[in-house]
Amino acid sequence: MKETPLSNCERDFLLKAIEEKKRLDGRQTYDYRKMKITFGTDYGCCFVDLGKTRVMAQVSCELVVPKESRPNEGIMFFNIELSPMASPAFEQGRQSELSVKLNRQLERCLRNSKCIDTESLCVVSGEKVWQIRVDVHMLNHDGNLMDAASIAAITALCHFRRPDVGIQGDEVTVYSPEERDPIPLSIYHMPISVSFSFFQQGTYLLVDPCEREERVMDGLLMIAMNKHREICSIQSSGGIMLLKEQVMRCSKIASVKVSEITELISKALENDKKARKAGERCGFAESMPQERITALKTYETPVEMTDVSDRANDIVQKAEAPPQMVPSPVVPVPGVGQVGQGLQNTWGLEEGDEEEEEENDSSDEDQEEQVTEMKEKQHEKMEIRGGDVVEISDSEEEEVVILHPEIPDKAPITKSSSHQKGAAALKKRQKK
Amino acid sequence: MFSSLKDKVGQVLLPGDEFTFDTEDTISLTTPVKPEKVVCGPGLRRSGDRLQVCKSGVLRHKAPNMFWMDSQQRRYVPVKGETVIGIVTVKSGDIFKVDFGGSEQASLSYLAFEGATKRNRPNVQVGDLVFAQFVVANKDMEPELVCVDSGGRANGMGVFGGGGLLFTVSLGLVRRLLSPQSDLMQDLQKLFPCELVVGMNGRLWVRSSSTQRTLIIANLLQSCETMTAPQRKALFARVAEGTL
Repeated sequence: MKETPLSNCERDFLLKAIEEKKRLDGRQTYDYRKMKITFGTDYGCCFVDLGKTRVMAQVSCELVVPKESRPNEGIMFFNIELSPMASPAFEQGRQSELSVKLNRQLERCLRNSKCIDTESLCVVSGEKVWQIRVDVHMLNHDGNLMDAASIAAITALCHFRRPDVGIQGDEVTVYSPEERDPIPLSIYHMPISVSFSFFQQGTYLLVDPCEREERVMDGLLMIAMNKHREICSIQSSGGIMLLKEQVMRCSKIASVKVSEITELISKALENDKKARKAGERCGFAESMPQERITALKTYETPVEMTDVSDRANDIVQKAEAPPQMVPSPVVPVPGVGQVGQGLQNTWGLEEGDEEEEEENDSSDEDQEEQVTEMKEKQHEKMEIRGGDVVEISDSEEEEVVILHPEIPDKAPITKSSSHQKGAAALKKRQKK
Repeated sequence: MFSSLKDKVGQVLLPGDEFTFDTEDTISLTTPVKPEKVVCGPGLRRSGDRLQVCKSGVLRHKAPNMFWMDSQQRRYVPVKGETVIGIVTVKSGDIFKVDFGGSEQASLSYLAFEGATKRNRPNVQVGDLVFAQFVVANKDMEPELVCVDSGGRANGMGVFGGGGLLFTVSLGLVRRLLSPQSDLMQDLQKLFPCELVVGMNGRLWVRSSSTQRTLIIANLLQSCETMTAPQRKALFARVAEGTL
């Protein structure tokens, strides 16, 4: 079945809104949608919700004969299925271009980065090795399938337990889960892909595009990275020309996002481990709340409510400088900072100019101009937060380091993060 | 049957539930018995002497004797006389093919616009939005749309759409918006001025004075589906405060 055509007015509106830095669901430019990770009853089954995009990954294993060129390494097999359940544009059985692209990207991201120790999967060299198969099914397509698929795949691999194997001389015994506890795979690092969509020939950039934004975009840049800031794979599609600074900036944004997502995954895995130990019933059916038939489970759409530029201006003029607060990241030398731990930046760029995450333009701008605009935006944000908006996106803005020591911009940010209220917002954080 | 239907008003029913004439009804032999007429609305079907439910949802009642099933459906089935928002996909010769969200595309003749003649063609491009009504809509034939009413006047129909946002909601919400005393509409009117086109196929088009306001209205309408009336009023009040 053909998918709904995109009308001219939708396309024009979306592009106009993007030029005004507005997204359809009220997110900021670098915000991800709300992410939820749940596990099934089997080891290795994982569901990932990224906004309305829903993806399921299942890992299974089998003893097979290894490849002739690599007799002592296990085999990893990846498969992404675009089920017609996800979108009317997907047809069952047919290998569309999108499906080939997603499969290749997932393979490059997980296999070539050597995140799994394949040598530990060897049982008898040259005869029997474990073949680990990861199947990813798309359940609902609302944009950014690649990110959701990569998160689901790596989480499922971390969650998976393979049967224990005992070798005594020539005899190999594979123990069932009842006889001996299954053991987890040995995973070195968790590569996660982050997608950036470009509009108007690379002028505007959005992270985590939703389906409508994907239809209007010019090109897509996918960066797969792990939390140690190692890039595992980069792919640019759509044929747009990207400048070096843009790619650098995207990689910095990606590193921040990846560390957040990795934390979320580890928390989810922890919770699941605790639940299983405590003997609670766990699994997909249990993680869905009880509901009556007529209720539709949708999260409240965030409504961006205020038109406060005038009010914000007043406040900015009348406000006095807030007291100096010690910023959390390390500032070794004025003008240079680090976000989070990790290796020293070897890209050769001074981090000072690149950390402002509010503006998208790659053109040269006056430093002062940038800073005052930033201040205004932050106050605007504070107002919005104060106005009881149900902000359910994973906004990054709290951790932005503004590397101009003479201007105490850190205070409003931390204030706004503590102001984030609403039972709904709290509930969502707990759910995570 | 009337009484048994009345009992179930407001309850959730599933397809396959039946209503039959109660045999326990005592028929009075002295007073004249008036035959009860029950009008079945959408979702209810008469088969023989029973009334069957064919859609899942909540049973609603309107005095004196109208019953129907209220369901949250998003799939539109074309019905003659209903006005919908369609997207023009193909412009070929004399007709346009219009996608309205159904199983096949409808055809719209270029002469079916107000003031259109063979020489004076309407200015319609591929990808434009049209507001039209069905003139042929049954399961055996290709659906046909027109942008004029029976008197040849446009009556609000035709091509539209610069600068606004198109989005989809469930059919139930659309019917609620279009019902005569809709407090949803009244709440919306108190908010801020905007243009709103409502298509019975679940598509809404909004345009307001700024992009921000348009987005606000679109998000509000999409979230109204799953809210009760007090929750909705509270949300609208908060938004109105925020924009003052």
